[in-house]
This record gives sequence, structure tokens and C-alpha cells, in this order.
Amino acid sequence: MDNKESLTIQLNDIEYQVEPGQMLIEVADDNGIEIPRFCYHKKLTTSANCRMCLVEVEKAPKMLPACATPVMDGMKVWTKSPKAIAAQKSVMEFLLINHPLDCPVCDQGGECDLQEIALGYGADQARYQEKKRIVKDKNYGPLVATEMTRCIHCTRCVRFGVEIGGIAEIGGTGRGDHMEIGTYVEKSLSSELSGNIIDLCPVGALLSKPFLYTARSWEMKSFPSIAAHDAVGSNIQIQTRNGAVMRVVPLENEAINELWISDRDRFSYLGLESDDRLTQPMVRNEEGKLITTDWQSALEAAVKGVQAVVNGAGGSALGAWTSPSSTVEEFYLLQKMVRGLGSSNIDHRLRQYDFSGQQEQRSPRLGITLPQVEQQNAILVVGANLRHEQPLLAHRIRKAALAGAEVSSVHPQGVVYNYALTQELAVDQLTPTVAAIAKALEEMGKGSELSGLSALTTNAVVEASHRVTAESLLRGDQALVLLGGLAYQDHNQSVLYALADAIAVMSGATLGVVTEGANALGGQLAGAVPHHGVAKQVVDSVGMDLGTMVEMPPKALLLMGIEAAEDLAEGAVEAIGQSEFVVSIAAFADEVSSRKADVVLPMAAFTETSGTFINMEGVWQSFQGVVSPKGEARPGWKILRVLGTLFNLDGFEFGDSESVLQEVKQACDAMESEGTDEEITSWVGPADWGNSSATAASGVAIYRGDALTRRSQPLQQSSLGKAEQHQHNEGATA
Amino acid sequence: MANQVCFRNNHLENSWSLEAYQSSGGYEVLKKILSEKTPAEVLIEDIKLSNLRGRGGAGFPTGLKWSFMPRNAPGQKYIVCNSDEGEPGTCKDRDILRYNPHQLVEGMIIAGYCIGASAGYNYIRGEFWEPYSRFEGALEEARVAGLLGENILGSGFDFQLHAHLGAGAYVCGEETALLNSIEGKKGQPRFKPPFPAGFGLYGRSTTINNTESLASIPVILEKGGQWFLDQGVPNSGGEKLFSVSGHVNRPGNFEVPLGMPFSELLEMAGGVRDGHQLKAVIPGGSSTPVIPGEQMMEVNMDYDSIAAAGSMLGAGSVIVMDETTCMSRVLERLSYFYYEESCGQCTPCREGTGWLYRVLQRIEAGNGSAADLDLLDNVASNIEGNTICALGDAAAMPVRSFLKHYRDEFQYHIDHKQCMVKSDW
Repeated sequence: MDNKESLTIQLNDIEYQVEPGQMLIEVADDNGIEIPRFCYHKKLTTSANCRMCLVEVEKAPKMLPACATPVMDGMKVWTKSPKAIAAQKSVMEFLLINHPLDCPVCDQGGECDLQEIALGYGADQARYQEKKRIVKDKNYGPLVATEMTRCIHCTRCVRFGVEIGGIAEIGGTGRGDHMEIGTYVEKSLSSELSGNIIDLCPVGALLSKPFLYTARSWEMKSFPSIAAHDAVGSNIQIQTRNGAVMRVVPLENEAINELWISDRDRFSYLGLESDDRLTQPMVRNEEGKLITTDWQSALEAAVKGVQAVVNGAGGSALGAWTSPSSTVEEFYLLQKMVRGLGSSNIDHRLRQYDFSGQQEQRSPRLGITLPQVEQQNAILVVGANLRHEQPLLAHRIRKAALAGAEVSSVHPQGVVYNYALTQELAVDQLTPTVAAIAKALEEMGKGSELSGLSALTTNAVVEASHRVTAESLLRGDQALVLLGGLAYQDHNQSVLYALADAIAVMSGATLGVVTEGANALGGQLAGAVPHHGVAKQVVDSVGMDLGTMVEMPPKALLLMGIEAAEDLAEGAVEAIGQSEFVVSIAAFADEVSSRKADVVLPMAAFTETSGTFINMEGVWQSFQGVVSPKGEARPGWKILRVLGTLFNLDGFEFGDSESVLQEVKQACDAMESEGTDEEITSWVGPADWGNSSATAASGVAIYRGDALTRRSQPLQQSSLGKAEQHQHNEGATA
Repeated sequence: MANQVCFRNNHLENSWSLEAYQSSGGYEVLKKILSEKTPAEVLIEDIKLSNLRGRGGAGFPTGLKWSFMPRNAPGQKYIVCNSDEGEPGTCKDRDILRYNPHQLVEGMIIAGYCIGASAGYNYIRGEFWEPYSRFEGALEEARVAGLLGENILGSGFDFQLHAHLGAGAYVCGEETALLNSIEGKKGQPRFKPPFPAGFGLYGRSTTINNTESLASIPVILEKGGQWFLDQGVPNSGGEKLFSVSGHVNRPGNFEVPLGMPFSELLEMAGGVRDGHQLKAVIPGGSSTPVIPGEQMMEVNMDYDSIAAAGSMLGAGSVIVMDETTCMSRVLERLSYFYYEESCGQCTPCREGTGWLYRVLQRIEAGNGSAADLDLLDNVASNIEGNTICALGDAAAMPVRSFLKHYRDEFQYHIDHKQCMVKSDW
């Protein structure tokens, strides 16, 4: 509604034009007028319980809370009148009588709302002489520490659980000043977003347990960066002291992560100092033992070994596998080097089995922006455990669902949603169900122009649930079909993709695709795939994808950022075993490399290197290294640059990662202006269901996705980590 | 005249039965309304004319409250009866539920008819097992007789009524906390606006009335708003139940015309217990300001007279105290009640009620200091008006009024570490 009449109010005797429905505190915040508050938070519902934001309103007999008082035309409000100040000061006094005032030993000291506001509104001497309340601490698990005596009952954490986290784990029990915030039956928090309550808590009642008593807020430097565990690309601040990473907290970016981050992004840094970190280059000696050496010798050994294979068996004998969380710069340089050596055998799709549709498929993109997700009114999720794969995308979809969107999901058993689905199709095999939804749309007369689709849907059995799902997509004028990580790990990926694409086409929905890692889209655009070069440039000959390389192991193998035992599709470890010469560039030592790699080159972790991630929306986000690489480790792009030069390849003379990025960007800008990326208009599907008996992949456990996360002990010990570990072990023995 | 409204059937045997209620004309008003399809506006006008003011304590005109309901708007609407009678000194609604439950049922059906609600809830105080059973019994009788449920008396009007037993929280008598409690949430008041008429039970338009208010409806509509108004005095229509407790010879509930002199009401309750003198009266329930005895003897029992004397009619809960009463001890006890019953949601009440109680406890124990009385008054005034609901005010008002009228007694406690009065309890 554009013609919403604006109202005029006076705030501290200055006139403001405001929107109907706005609360006084919003107007004040928009105009830089400070009103003290504790319970109000712009992302949570208003509870008006702390009473700190009481202000004087003309003709109102009482002071009114600015957070819950809607604007009215002609309203006159004073936030700093003697009456308002008196009310605010009296609330401050009430808040402090039972607060322990233990700021010197409190982690919140220096970044505490209570401390800060008390400076302005607190008295210098207490009138309260009675005993203070003491509250028993709760055990919320290994991530969130509690000091409940400090709690001021603002209920931000309670509201977060209900409204954002989607799990009502925390509540208030008891009445009056016996009221305690807790879980009632003591339990660890199980939300994948639980760490956000640490930021929300305006006092030192909820704190980061791993960070507890390790640094004061004013001792640390804060650096903006990008989270490295999923395709959301959450903005974070990495806080360091004396060159060590002390803590990770969110950086507000309304367009991407709002002001939340997942626990994985918040606590993964705890794996940085793991004993497994590789800090020295190593070369395997004649006795077959890895021995530490200097960079020069290690690089020469790597070049010599690879060159020997290439010279003997040709470029196609070389393969390269890289993590989907590599930076754009790393992807680009690696593929440039591999292609320079005459090979196109490069892949970052490490847990994928079915590559038969790669030529027809678009890059993994959401297709819309993250804020637009909230505007959708129908969403079909195919093959994803979104809360584990992309926690903050799951949060956006939940917001859409709470706002009335119909969300349906086809997923393997065991995937848990934290809101009611329109249709929940928990199945053993994804393909028959997805085909049935497509067929339901066909039966509604939607698929005539998709030649070949009927071959895929002919055997599908349409049930009422499939029809309901199809109808819900048709009803939505803003609809999204989202293909997730489990679909990519399915042995029928190409069929699932084609069907999801067909469903999107037939229902007028957008097809969104999100896979694993922080930078899968970057991997595609930078050319770290066998079937096209940077910016989708056509290659002379399509190289071997990961699946083919597993079947026919290359003689020489370059591994980048990979922990082979956990990061790869089945059979890949055995393939490494059959390779003649293996170079592993990695931040962490792993069992396969120590057994098999001929050269191990220590790589910097994401906090130690500059680079760029492209998130699921296609937003390029660059970050800087904030601490020095550990030991002798070096940033991945520098290692690749030197290797390229040592191979005598042209075009590796980069002074900084920025110039690598520029080269990729120029290529991609040209591509986007030519429209070769997203403009695949014709629907092309495979001929049949292929491996239709393949059971749906159960996916990677939330805290087992990459080497860094796996080494964060608090994450592993958290209830989610433990539950998933259990599942993981079960899966291994089955 | 007395006992003409809510207590009109109390003299009958098994007065709570449908038979007894109908023997005195019960449900006839409902039948008439349903058969004649009397427009709701007409009924509401009659209620407005009667000047029935909310009997739960706030005294808000019932007819006006009903007229706020968007009765013709689509969507579910609710009528909720507040029988969470928790104010210390009050026991009137309990006797309505015990002795005349059908009149409340009839009143609620008519209320539902007037505001366009097809469902109602009666939220009954958790400790009221007997009244709850009586009310449930009445509901069952009414359903069997076709007076409640679908298509009442073949009129096409549907109305479902349910009893909901509370769990023992005073604050659930606050209407929005009550709604939360029915919804299964923690019994904490909601911030207003939005008001229940716009966003009430389960987010739907809702009217909440006190038991006595709703039980008065059939009589008002039977005898006419003007008749009801004439029973009382201007601005205080009708008869009202007063629960007289404390140092009187015959404590109990008395339904008398509003405007009756306090001295007459005291007389009905048998006067101050033998051999003692009136010292102080809390006229409307424990949260209303105390009034010294001599002053109270000049006051009439209606909204305006009591307000003029500096207190409130409240729920009509008259607590009488004689000269043996230690005001410091009384206030300590009252403060303990509000401290225990504060829901803990908002800061001034959660922290302030505990502070008041602890200081009063200290004074009563003989450990008070000179600054304590000003501190008490200041803390109470810092609570007052700054909270989400009226419980904060309820905790603050006794403190301020006791200090206003009996400061010397508190001072004596501080100075002499003992009580000024000779107490026999």
C-alpha cells in the first residue's frame, strides 16, 4: 500500500512523519533518539516487560513503554522529560537490586546493555539492603554457559526459541522474583541456531561456554569475514587477540543472515587449534614415511612427481579434487593449473554419484534472493535436510511458512521440520515420489511442451498427497522448488534434477538448487568442474568427473582441502589408494593422506587466508585473512600460484588474491552479459529413472561436513553433534 | 430491600438445581429473547440504562463494554466469565456459583447472544472445587434441557459454554492473564493494546465479565434497566454483593442496594465484634486503600462515595479491623501476598513487591530504620503506574494508604522494636 497516509508526531518537541502502526521506539531508533531498553529487540515480538523504555506521552496518565505504544497522529512524546527519566531510573533501580553487579568477573563486561545503561540511569549508591536473589545455573550443554543470577528476565531467549529457533526449549518457570528462565526439565539446547541467544542476552546470563573467561571484549580486534560452512554466506566477525582467533560473532547483514548465524558458523573456529593442524610441508621418503621438510623441497617433490606422470601418461592421467568450500581464487588457480597441464579432470562435487545430467543442469543457485524466500507462498523442498544443510535458509523458509506459505517436502526418513508442513512426504526413495508430483501436474494438463517428461513419469503412481503438493505449487503466485543436498547425493541426481526442473516449469515456480559447501556456485563459475571452464567456457574435451575418476583412478591426484575419509563419495578413498602419486594440500592431517599422500602441503584455514565465496544467491563476498597461518602453512591460492609457476605455466604471476579474483570476475561478467549461465530454456531430461532402486542418501551429519567443524569439540559434544554422531556410527556399521 | 439479583434464589431448597431456578422464572428471559429475536442493540441499551458496572473491581460499565464488540464482524467471538475470585476479602462469586449457577449460565448465553459469540468459557478459581462442580452440574442440566448447545430451544442460536478450572494463581484474575491461562500458556498478563475486544481468546474478539456482572443480566432484562438503576444511587445502579469479613460478629455475603451507608452494612454483619471498636476498613478488597474507621462510618457503599473517601469499591470486599489490629503486621501480610502472586513478568512488580515485603518484614521484626518509611512510599510509587497490569498498583496502593493513615504505628515499630497496639493474635 503506497498511499498509506503518514502521520505526524512530536518526539522531544521535534516533528516527525511516521507510518501508521509504527511503535514509538522504532521512530526513535530511526531518528537516532536513544531510548534505553532490554526486552525490546527488532527481530522478536514485543513483550514490553522490562519497562525500561517508559516515556511520557501527552494526555496519558501513566508513562508508556515506547516499544509497545503505537504512533498516533498529533502525539507528543518526551523521552527525556523529568517524568520519563524518573520512570526509567526507577526501573533501572529495580533491575539492579537483584543483579549481582559482578561485572569484573563477567564475560559480558564491556559489551553489556545493563552495564552501559546503568551508567546513564543507575544510582551510585544502592537503597536496597536486603539479600540478593541467587539462581541456580542451568546446564544448556557445551555451547551456552549460564550465570542465571545475572538474568533480568527480559525473555529475549525465550522468544527467540519460539519465534526464530523454532524449538520452544527455554521458558520461565515460577512466579514473581522466584521466576527462573530455564528448560524446566534440564536439557542441552538442541537448536542449530542456539548460539544466537548469547548475543540476544542483554546481560551476562547467557554466555559462550567455549569462550568463557578467555578474553575481555575490549582486548580483541574484530574483523569482518564470511562463514565457511554453508552456501548462505553468513557475515561474521572474527575476533582475535594477539594473533589468535578468540571468538566468532555475527555481523549484521539484513540481506543475507539478518543478524543470526548458525552454531556451526559460530563455533567451528574451535577446531582451528586442533592438534591435527598441518604446520609443516611433508614428503614421503624412500622408506614410505612422511617426513617434514622445507617448502622448497616439498614443492619440488610435488612438481617432479606430477610432471613425471604427465610426461609419461599424458595430461589426462592427472586428476584434482577440491573441497566445495574452497575459495573462488583457489578453484580458479587449481583448474587453471590442471588445465595448463593438459587435464580437465577436476571436480569439487565430492559426495555426488550421478553426473550424467551435468551438461544440462544449471549452476547451484537459489534463483531468488534470501529475503525473497520470505515472500514465497508455496515452496516444495526436494531432497534436503535444510536445517542441517543450510540453517539460515531453513530459517527464511520457516518465516515464509509462519507467514502463511504452504511448504511441502520430499525427504528421506528422519528429517525433522520445526513447523507444520502442508505435505510431508518422508520416503525411502526420492525419485518415485518426485515423479508422482510431476505426473500430478501433467495430469492437470501442465506438461505438454516438455517432451520426454512422460518417459520419466510413466511409472509413477499419483496419490492424493502428490496432487495436494502440486496444487499448492500451482496456487502460489510466488513459488519455489528447492533441490537440496540430499538430492545431489542421490544415485539418481540427474533424474531428480530433471523432475524438479519440470515441476518448476509446469507450476510456474522458480527452481532453486543448493548443494553442499560454502562455495559450490563458486566452484562452477571458476571452472573447477570437468565439463566447462571458468565462466562456463566450453572445453575442448570434457574431463573425468569425480565418479569416473573413482572408477578409473588418475595416476596422479591433487587433493585440496579434503579429508578423504569423511569428505568423499563411497569408493573414492580406494581410488586414492590406487593412484601412483598423490599431493594433498590441506589444513588438517588425515588418516588417508598420512597413509597415502606422497607430498603434503600445509594450507591456511579460512581465517588465515583471503578469498571469495559466492553464496547461493550469487553474491560474491570477499574476505581477508585475520590471523597468520599456523606454523609453516600458507594460503591455498599462494601454494597454487607457486606450483603453477614451478610447472612453468603462463598466467600465474599474481601479486595478491585480489588480482586472481579480478581475472575470474572479468570472465564471469562477460558471461553474464552474454547470458550463458542461467538461460538454459529448454527442458532436457534423462531417458529413464536410471538407478531407481537406490535408497535416498541420509546425508552428512550437521557437524561432520568439513574438517574444521569435525574438530570443534564443543560442536561434537553438543546434543545435535552427539545425536548425529550416533546416527553416523549406526550408518557405518549397518 | 436485599437479595433481589444474584441471591434471589438462595432461600430455595437445592437452589442450584434447574428445577429451583425455573420455579422462580429462570431462563424465561432467554426464552423470550430467543423467541422474539430481540435485537442485541436493544438488550445492550437496556444494560447501559441499568448502569451495571463491572463487579470484578474495575467498575467499567458492562453495557459499554459489550458495545465495543464487533458483533457483526465475521469470525469466532468469545464471552469469558471471570470467576477467578482471588482478591483477599472476596468470596461473593463463589456463592453465586454454589447457590445460583443457572443464573450465570443464562446470563452468559444472553451475553453471547448480545455480542455475537457462539462460545463461552467460565474460568473458575482453582481452589473452588465445590463451586466448579455445581457449575458443571448446571451446564449439564442446561444442555439436557436444550437450553445450551446447538439450536437452543429451536431458535437456531448456538452457544457452547465450558468451565475451566484455574490452577491457583491470583494474577489469572487479570483478564488477559486469564485468557493466556485458558489457552494453556503461562498465566501472565498481556500488554494492552490490543484489547481483548479486538484480540482476545485465541486471538479472537472477546468480552470478559465478572461472575456477578453476568449473573445480574437475566434479572436486569427481566425487570428492566430502569428498575435496576433505581435500586442503587445515580452512577451506581443496582444491588451489589458485599463480602464482609474480619472483626465482625456475622461475616458473610450481603446483597444490598448500592449507596447503603457503611454503618448499615456493618449492622447487617452483626457489628464490630463485641467489646471492640472499629479501627479501619478496607472497603473493596485487599488492594484498595485502607480507610480509618470513623471516616468509614460516614461513607456510603457506592462507587463515588468510596472514591471520594480516597479508596475504591473494588469487588465489594469489606475487611473490617478493630483496635487490636497491628497495621504493620497487616501490611506485611498483604505485601507478602502480592510478592508471592506477582507473575514476575515485568520489572517493577517482580522486583518491587519483593522489596516492599522484605522491608516490611524487617520493620515488623523490629529491625526497621528511620529511612525505611520514605523508602517504602517511594518504592511503592515507583511501582504504581509503571507495570503491564494492575497487580503492581494493587501491591503499591495498600502500602501508600497504610503509611498515609497509620504512619505513627510504623514509626513506633521502628523506634520501639515492638507493636503499638495490644494484639490478641
